[in-house]
Amino acid sequence: MAKQSNEPVLWALFSAGGVFAAFVIPAHLFLLGLAFPLGWIAAPNYESLHALARLPITRLYLFALCFLALFHWAHRFRYTLYDGLQIKHLNELIFVCCYGGAILGTVLAGHLLWSFR
Amino acid sequence: MSDTGPSTRHTEYHPRWYRSRVSTWWWLARWPYLKFILREISSVFVAWFVVLLLLQIRALSRGPDAYARFQHWLQTPLVLLLNLVTLFFVVFHAITWFNLTPRAMAVRFRGKRVPDLLIVGTNYAAWAAISLVVAWFLVRS
Amino acid sequence: MPETISLEVLRYSPETDAEPSFQRYDVPLRKDWVVLDALNYIKDKVDGSLTFRWSCRMGICGSCGMMVNGEPKLTCATFLSNYAKDAAPVRVQPLRYFPVIRDLVVEVSDFMTKLQSVKPWLIRREEKPLSEGEYLQTPDQLDRYKQFSMCINCMLCYAACPVYGLDPVFIGPAAIALAQRYNMDSRDEGAGERMDVLAQHEGIWGCTFVGECTEVCPKHVDPAGAIQQYKLTATIERFKSFLLPRGAK
Repeated sequence: MAKQSNEPVLWALFSAGGVFAAFVIPAHLFLLGLAFPLGWIAAPNYESLHALARLPITRLYLFALCFLALFHWAHRFRYTLYDGLQIKHLNELIFVCCYGGAILGTVLAGHLLWSFR
Repeated sequence: MSDTGPSTRHTEYHPRWYRSRVSTWWWLARWPYLKFILREISSVFVAWFVVLLLLQIRALSRGPDAYARFQHWLQTPLVLLLNLVTLFFVVFHAITWFNLTPRAMAVRFRGKRVPDLLIVGTNYAAWAAISLVVAWFLVRS
Repeated sequence: MPETISLEVLRYSPETDAEPSFQRYDVPLRKDWVVLDALNYIKDKVDGSLTFRWSCRMGICGSCGMMVNGEPKLTCATFLSNYAKDAAPVRVQPLRYFPVIRDLVVEVSDFMTKLQSVKPWLIRREEKPLSEGEYLQTPDQLDRYKQFSMCINCMLCYAACPVYGLDPVFIGPAAIALAQRYNMDSRDEGAGERMDVLAQHEGIWGCTFVGECTEVCPKHVDPAGAIQQYKLTATIERFKSFLLPRGAK
């Protein structure tokens, strides 16, 4: 049998990230990026938001969101660079930059959420 | 005469085939291709949201003053514009994703294929419900 | 309706041309004529050197695929009257992303090789002897793969697929759809063999679900759907082989 490729795993992460991102990010972004700053809806005060963010379940949720959304981006962006710019000859570099970036972001998210006080 | 393919000895029984090169701008030639590339580009805005989220968490962990500065920064016109564009792309991602789901999964119930519209409809209903839940958590104060 | 319509047909003669060039022809515009009729008119009455493939002229043999105004079409199923209102002539070019042998004839052995590589036939570990009768199949079982069996190998999907255009090692929509046609057939036991070919990087994983293949398919095979469904199958198999003890396949 041919060597087992890792594509299925990367695709699974991409898909999970895509689903998660599709369902929750619009609501998050609408509130955080538009409704609260523009005052359409009253923004939560610091204390209550901080208390919400401290909960382990919240931190887990946010970590999962960051992790999956980043790997969704990495996989999709990698193929866009392949196809859109036809720079297949930079294959390995693109691969490393995309998934490496996702790993970096995930580690950063993990650190921020773990050490959140 | 130019040779666009690998060097093959051309005889009258094996003519020189013509191979055209695909342009770097292939995706501009047809609207479906452009829509596809925009859909793929939406992933960059998904990643930007993650950055935004991490900035928010960092600001939250640094105290009320830092958070107030972060909120202020969110109100600057450039950032507002960026987030508006991001919202467009993120919603575009969600819509294209939900619409394509029935194609990607052949859901069968009792031997028969579930109609596409039912799957798409379920997706949108779930999206509305989940968005309300997220909003409820974030808005209560 | 005007009396005539103009066609711009891409001509390429390997003996004399370095590059293809357009040649313009005016053909009668008949209500019931398709592009193929126009091409045959040109060959019969105007320019006998025009070279193109066709056979059944009824959309089942898959021979007459060409680019009409930049879109992959079966010329036997594309009516001239659709283009009567256009100011510009109808552009007819050979099927995109395939090498051109002459005029509108393209080299298709790449597709043929790929099709063969997915073993598009029923694979059984052991054949049932004739005395045991036929393989029985319920209508529901037929329904699982019937759509994919409608493929006529016309290669319009390859002409629509930018991934195939950019990376010719990609196995392509029709080959994967036909592999699925057999994978989903209850009489088949060859899914494992086909997976070895499809699970390569130039198999299903090159596909980015552009979806144009499904849009242009004249038989509504939905190759994009077949590919995405197979990605899920291959992923589940991969996780299973990782988590379950060996020999569970």
